Amino acid sequence: MTNSICRKKSRVSDYILKVLIYISASLSILLLACIVGFVFFKGIGSVNLAFLTTEPSTIKGTFGIAGNIVNTLYIIGLTLLIATPIGVGSAIYLNEYAKPGRFVRMIEFTTETLAGIPSIIFGLFGMVFFGTTLGFKYSILTGALTLTIMVLPLITRNTQEALKTVPDTYRSGALGMGATKWYLIRTILLPSAMPGIITGVILAVGRIVGESAALLFTAGSGYLLPKTAAGALNKIFESGGTLTIQLYLSMSKAKYDQAFGIAFVLLTIVLLINILTKYLAKKFDVNLKA
Amino acid sequence: MTNNKANTFSIIGSMKTKSKVEKSAQVVFTTCAFFAVLAVFSITLYMIINGAPALSKVGISDILFGTVWKPTASEPFYGILYVIMTSIIGTFLSILIGVPIGLFTAIFLAEVAPKKLAGIVKPAVELLAGIPSVIYGLLGLLLLNPIMYQWELLIFKNDPDHQFTGGANLISAVIVLAIMILPTVINISESALKAVPRHLKEASLALGGSHIQTIFKVMIPAAKSGIVTAIVLGVGRAIGEAMAISLVSGSSVNMPLPFNSVRFLTTAIVSEMGYASDLHREVLFTIGLVLFLFIMIINLLLTKVLKKGEKENDK
Repeated sequence: MTNSICRKKSRVSDYILKVLIYISASLSILLLACIVGFVFFKGIGSVNLAFLTTEPSTIKGTFGIAGNIVNTLYIIGLTLLIATPIGVGSAIYLNEYAKPGRFVRMIEFTTETLAGIPSIIFGLFGMVFFGTTLGFKYSILTGALTLTIMVLPLITRNTQEALKTVPDTYRSGALGMGATKWYLIRTILLPSAMPGIITGVILAVGRIVGESAALLFTAGSGYLLPKTAAGALNKIFESGGTLTIQLYLSMSKAKYDQAFGIAFVLLTIVLLINILTKYLAKKFDVNLKA
Repeated sequence: MTNNKANTFSIIGSMKTKSKVEKSAQVVFTTCAFFAVLAVFSITLYMIINGAPALSKVGISDILFGTVWKPTASEPFYGILYVIMTSIIGTFLSILIGVPIGLFTAIFLAEVAPKKLAGIVKPAVELLAGIPSVIYGLLGLLLLNPIMYQWELLIFKNDPDHQFTGGANLISAVIVLAIMILPTVINISESALKAVPRHLKEASLALGGSHIQTIFKVMIPAAKSGIVTAIVLGVGRAIGEAMAISLVSGSSVNMPLPFNSVRFLTTAIVSEMGYASDLHREVLFTIGLVLFLFIMIINLLLTKVLKKGEKENDK
């Protein structure tokens, strides 16, 4: 052996792999920077007050996304209204009531499965089940019901994680003082798990805002603003395209300025949601330590 | 995972009056939990009810192994073999590109990068996961397709048989898919690498292994099940993606060759469901059913991998 043990033998394969690691990492980072940068750069020119606050008019030849923004809000609201109670309830059952066994395994397996089904399948199912069988046709309600199934696993899982972090001493303490289980859930578990539930809900909002394939054949592509109070109520039975759907339609019609304007708005929303979840997660961590 | 150590029992008689509320609360929560089961069951049922009839009407082999897709012709053909092949090959290629890049980036984040840099890059990768798929499609259409078109013009300059696609081809779709699975692969592999027990790494370093050797010969094998999970989830995301590639991949059904305009299982549904009727529509549901079967197989694989990983961790 001529090699000294004090001098490390440098290996060629180490260098190659290290270079590959750096190339891949910079590629990933560059990609993200390019995507975000390009969308902001191209989109910012199309976004102005009229773009955000009017609906498209063929007579005036103008374009605006106010109708799509309202539709998106409707779908977010309606979906969360249905999905949050079911998702939270399901998590409470799994974490607080269920005894390990076949039924629980089945629920967990199906929740996993739901999370893995691609949105186009949800779209097809929503179209035939809510649209045709239940007769809601192309409407915001159909879209919201379809998305409810889609975001259910997200809310269930996040609530479950949050419930798991509630110390067992809270439970035994409350029960030991004579509280009933429902009282325990209502006054102790749910408030303690609230940050987790909210995180789940915000993630669900992010998913809804970005969703397109599941909505194309369920919520349709209406873009008009409701004009009266009754119209605002009836809106949920009418077709309404979200921002993503309008983006897709604009893109198919080769109106790229509009498309980039909408992409700009979407990306801003996604960014805000990202920051919000980060902030909540941090706050949640602090609560745990305290 | 359940907390049943705290069973409800009371020595006080007031239990009786409260038991109604208690019972109904339990029933309500159980019903909520049952929703997921109900949803998966009815989705499966509806996909079969709507997708199966066309199989018998057109003939199983004519649909699954036919290569001619002319659903609106006076003498229609409903062969989806090329569509299925496109989805499989497209997914495979995008995994082939996306997984190595993703895995190396995960290694970078977990092991190589200084903490501060990783603290910036990680949220950025999470942001990448949240970008709506239509935006990827928009960028693919405006950035990738023109480049592909240039290449196409160059390669097929002297080929009179080639149908020019304007750059909307399999390669463009594969690149978009590869980018879209990156965040999934990066995030899950990174947490798998971070979960590798410290003593394994330290033992390898103490024995004189270099950092890179330790990563590739000790940590990656130890994080195997997490990395496989990342790949399987990536496959699921790639095969199920619709809107991002529907315009990028072209608009006609062809053999999945790099510069051909192709249709995936998902994009066939997206682009034709709007105007399809009768048998054409039913065949589109059959395509949905095929996609659904693929996804179910992937899901089963995933649960197997996860279970195996759990067992290994228990050892």
